[in-house]
Amino acid sequence: MLSLSPQDMSAVWLSIKVACGSTLIATPFGFAVAYLLVFTKVPAKSLIEGLINLPLVLPPVVVGYLLLLLLGQAGPFGPFMQDFNIRIIFTLSGAVIASAVVGFPLLVRAIRIGMEGIDRHCLQAARTLGSGFWDTLVTITLPLCGRAVLAGMTLMFARSLGEFGATIILAGNIPGVTQTIPLAIYEYTSTPGGDSMALKLCLVSIVLSFAILLLSETAGRTIRRK
Amino acid sequence: MDLQVDIEKDHGKFHFSAAFSLSSRRCGIFGPSGSGKSTLMHLLAGLLKPDQGTIRLAGQTLFDAAAGLDLAPEKRRIGVVFQHSHLFPHMNVQRNLLYGWRRTAPANRLISPEALIDVLNLRHLLHRGVNRLSGGERQRLALGRTVLACPQLILMDEPLTGLDEELKYQIIPYLKKVFDEFDIPLLFISHSLREMRLMTDEVLVFRDGSLQGSMATEDLARNSMAAGGQGYANLLNLGRPRPAGDLWAYSWGESELILTEQGENEENLFELDARDIVLFKQHPLATSARNLLACRVIKLFGVNNRVGVELLCGDSQLVAQIVPESVRELGIAQGTEVVAVIKASSFRKII
Repeated sequence: MLSLSPQDMSAVWLSIKVACGSTLIATPFGFAVAYLLVFTKVPAKSLIEGLINLPLVLPPVVVGYLLLLLLGQAGPFGPFMQDFNIRIIFTLSGAVIASAVVGFPLLVRAIRIGMEGIDRHCLQAARTLGSGFWDTLVTITLPLCGRAVLAGMTLMFARSLGEFGATIILAGNIPGVTQTIPLAIYEYTSTPGGDSMALKLCLVSIVLSFAILLLSETAGRTIRRK
Repeated sequence: MDLQVDIEKDHGKFHFSAAFSLSSRRCGIFGPSGSGKSTLMHLLAGLLKPDQGTIRLAGQTLFDAAAGLDLAPEKRRIGVVFQHSHLFPHMNVQRNLLYGWRRTAPANRLISPEALIDVLNLRHLLHRGVNRLSGGERQRLALGRTVLACPQLILMDEPLTGLDEELKYQIIPYLKKVFDEFDIPLLFISHSLREMRLMTDEVLVFRDGSLQGSMATEDLARNSMAAGGQGYANLLNLGRPRPAGDLWAYSWGESELILTEQGENEENLFELDARDIVLFKQHPLATSARNLLACRVIKLFGVNNRVGVELLCGDSQLVAQIVPESVRELGIAQGTEVVAVIKASSFRKII
C-alpha cells in the first residue's frame, strides 16, 4: 500500500499548487505572446523569439540564478518589492515563478503552432461580418486554437511538476513551503535509507503526469468533436 | 451605391492607385492577375490601410488619411465573399450563416434569414458541419453569411474561381437571384469576362495597380472581341424549349431558334460566339444551318481587323463578327437588311 508521510503529502500538494499556479498564470501571457508573434508585425520579432526560447536551452539552474539576481532584494525590483512587502525568494511564489519561466517556451511554442494553422481569411471574414477584435478573438481565434492551448497547458503543467533546477535556486528546498516532489526525491536520495520513500514519490509523480495527459487527451477530443 | 474612392498604397514593390466614383448597383473590377483587384478589395473592406486618400460610401467617410480617420472593418458594413469560402470550421451551417446577422444592429436587419435560406436552398443543410459540404454548397453558404450581415455593399473577390465549370454556372443563378431579390449593391471582382457580363452592368478596368478606365460591361466585351483569339459571345436567355424533331425550338422574342441542346430549366442561358454567325445579303435557298434570321444592321463597330455587326432580329439583338473585306463586298452599313445564318449546334449551354 502506498503510504505517504505528512511531509510527502505536503510535497505532493505543493507540486500540484505550483504546477496549477504557474500554468494558470503563464497561459494568458503565453497566448498573448503567441498571438503577437503569429498575427502582428512587431519589430525585432526574432529577438523576442530568442528571449522567449532562452529558458529552453539554458540550464534551469542558470535561469534560477538569473531570476534570483532579478527578483532578489539587491536586484532591480528589490526596492519596489520591499516597499510593497513582497517576498519571492524562498517562497511558494518563487517556486511558481521559476516553473512559469522555465515552462513558458513550451507553452508559447504549442499555442503558436495552433495559431499558425488558423486560416487568416477566417479572421478577416469575421471582422467584415461585424465582429470586433475581442469578439473575433473569443469566437474564432480561441476555439480554433483551443486544442493547441490545451496542449501547451499540459506541457507547461508537466514541466512544472518536474521543475527542479530553477526552483531550488529561487525558492530553496524548504519542506512544507517550497519542497515539491522533485526536491523531496532529491532529499530522499541523498539521505541514507530514503530509497523507498523516493520510489513512492516517483510513483506519485508518474500517476500525476499520466492523469494530466489522459485529462488533456479527453479534453482535446471533446474540443475536436465540437 | 454611392462609392467615392481616391487612394494610394505602396505594397512592397507594388504601387496601387485608384480614383473613381461609382453609382451603378452592380459594378465589376476587371483585370488580369496581379493588376490590383484584390488589393482594392482589401483596402475598401478595411483589411489593408491605404497610405493616403479617402474612401466614402453612401455619404459616410470610411477612410480619410488627412483627417486620421480609418473605420475598423466591422464598422464599415462592407461584406466580403472571398475566393475560397473561408467558413468557420468549428461552427455548423446555421451558426456560420447567422454569425454576421447576430452582430448586426436590429435596425439594420433588412433581410430575413428565413427568406435567404430558401433562396439559397440551404434549409436541409442547416445542422450540418461545414466540412461535410460540397464546393458549391460552401460558396452558397459564404454568400448567405455575408448577405445576412445586411451590408451596404458586398465585395465578391473571384467567388467562382475555385469551382469547376459546371459548379460555377450552378452558383450564378443563386448569385443573380440573391442580388435581384435583396437589392444589395455589388462590387464583383473577376478576370473572367463572361462572369463579369453575367453579374455586372459597369466595370472598372485595372492593370498593373492602376485604374485604366471605366466602361459599360457590354463595351468591355466588345472591346475584347479581338483580344486573345476570343470572339464576342452573345449571351441568350431562352425559356423552356419544345421538341422540334430531333432538335429543340426556343422562342426568342418574336423569332424562334433551333438548337441541338435541350434546356431543362425555366430560364436557360446559352452562349453564341459572334464568329459562328454567317451573314448573307439574300436568303440562301439551301443551307444545312437550321437558323435563318432576317435582321437589320443597327450598328457597326470595329476592333483591329474585326468588325462587330449589331443586328436587330425582330425585337431581339445579336452581334455577328466578320472581317472588313466582307463588310465592303456585301455593302453592309447601318440599316442594311441581311440574313443571319446560325447552325443549331453553335449554341453552348451555360446554365
